[in-house]
Amino acid sequence: MLKFTAEHEWLKLEGDVAIVGITQHAADQLGDLVFVELPEVGATFDKNGEAATVESVKAASDVYCPLAGEIVEINEAITADPALVNSDPQGKGWFFKLKLANVADADELLDEAAYKELIG
Amino acid sequence: MKRRGQAPSTELVRPESAHDLEALLTDHAPLLTTPLHALHLSLGARMVPFAGYDMPVQYAAGVLKEHLHTRAKAGLFDVSHMGQVLVKANSGSVADAALALERLVPVDILGLKQGRQRYGFFTDENGGILDDLMITNRGDHLLVVVNAACKGADLAHMQAHLAGCSVTLLDDRALIALQGPAAETVLASLAPEVATMKFMDVRDVTLVGAACIVSRSGYSGEDGFEISVPATKAEELARALLAHEDCEPIGLGARDSLRLEAGLCLYGNDIDTTTSPIEASLEWAIQKARKAGGEREGGFPGADRILGELANGTERRRVGLKPDGKAPVRSHAKLFADAEGKNEIGEVTSGTFGPSVEGPVAMGYVPTAFASAGTQVFAEVRGKYLPVTVAALPFITPTYKR
Repeated sequence: MLKFTAEHEWLKLEGDVAIVGITQHAADQLGDLVFVELPEVGATFDKNGEAATVESVKAASDVYCPLAGEIVEINEAITADPALVNSDPQGKGWFFKLKLANVADADELLDEAAYKELIG
Repeated sequence: MKRRGQAPSTELVRPESAHDLEALLTDHAPLLTTPLHALHLSLGARMVPFAGYDMPVQYAAGVLKEHLHTRAKAGLFDVSHMGQVLVKANSGSVADAALALERLVPVDILGLKQGRQRYGFFTDENGGILDDLMITNRGDHLLVVVNAACKGADLAHMQAHLAGCSVTLLDDRALIALQGPAAETVLASLAPEVATMKFMDVRDVTLVGAACIVSRSGYSGEDGFEISVPATKAEELARALLAHEDCEPIGLGARDSLRLEAGLCLYGNDIDTTTSPIEASLEWAIQKARKAGGEREGGFPGADRILGELANGTERRRVGLKPDGKAPVRSHAKLFADAEGKNEIGEVTSGTFGPSVEGPVAMGYVPTAFASAGTQVFAEVRGKYLPVTVAALPFITPTYKR
């Protein structure tokens, strides 16, 4: 099940774990990324906690944790090559896997149609 | 996802420095536009407010590719927001205009030959920097180019203090920079004679039928030109240059990363009224004639402090800073002597990712004891203290045609 946030993250839910990344729209708006900082495996975040940082040539942006949970895996490929986030943001450019504190929380998130409407 | 430290709706130019302060102050006033505004829109530029103007921060290629294109081929920049000011002595003698301007600028302007350009700065009574500028001897007058955010103040400053001179803002001219190793080829396709110009030469050149003033200079660390063109012919000239296969439009984003790799100061970030030229490591711009023992020693605002610092040194210096890791260290990051953040020693004034360096680059002020290349300091970024090495400027090797 694919979900989205108004902060331009996507979540692919598999049981109680969500793969999290930023949307194509977000990647396009940020421009070419040159640096990505990911959280540590085992770190826990509340909803909207600052979980990762991405930087373009000009600016730094925070990536929020879309739901409360624990980081169980990170994608080190994007710290080695931040351009992966631009070239394949909803595939190889994923950020981290999040074990949700409460799976039902995901019901509040946007579905793809609602997100597409949001970004116009 | 959210931009750090500002509303996400404004892109890429952070509200800091005098430039941006002016943009903020004029936030509710209609933005000014340059004669190339319609061209920027037609090229798909992302526009931002900058120094009161609606300016292109990037085009479709994006900051990274625009930066690399400029270093590989040729980039065209709209810098029409900058102030072009004509200074003419009532006597008709350029020497009189030079001597008048020397009372505001600690640079040898009298010794500047016809058709030559030189870098300088207006100083204040405390020895701080009011603005930096380019000065050209045009034979019977001086042409001065100042920063957009300062041009009103600079104009008033010159009108108040340049006795016996007329000071006129040329607001009917655009300014186009063409930078990069292919800049000569691109401009020579319209006017072959520019190929014989050397770095800091200035000439009258007819381009697309318009009387232009061309200087071989710029703000990228690359060979290149700046072209003053009548506003009515600016778009035609820009389109003629962009028609060359090596020439692409470049926005303010790449302009900033290019100048930072080249070690060049941005007024309002790296230099301002709180920094003296010597603290800013700009003593190279003060020629012998204006120094102690020179033919026209002193005689500019803040001379006591500036000449004193030339003789005795300063407590702090502007230096290059090369972060050891991959994380960019940006302006206003605090600098420390230790990795625990106990002994604060200075601040980063400009910092970004340098696409040509393929890593982060920065500049900032440190105590003189920490100013030698190779010295290790630490920058605070998101609560961590990242190792940074003091580095010689520039970060790239300039390709000026001397």
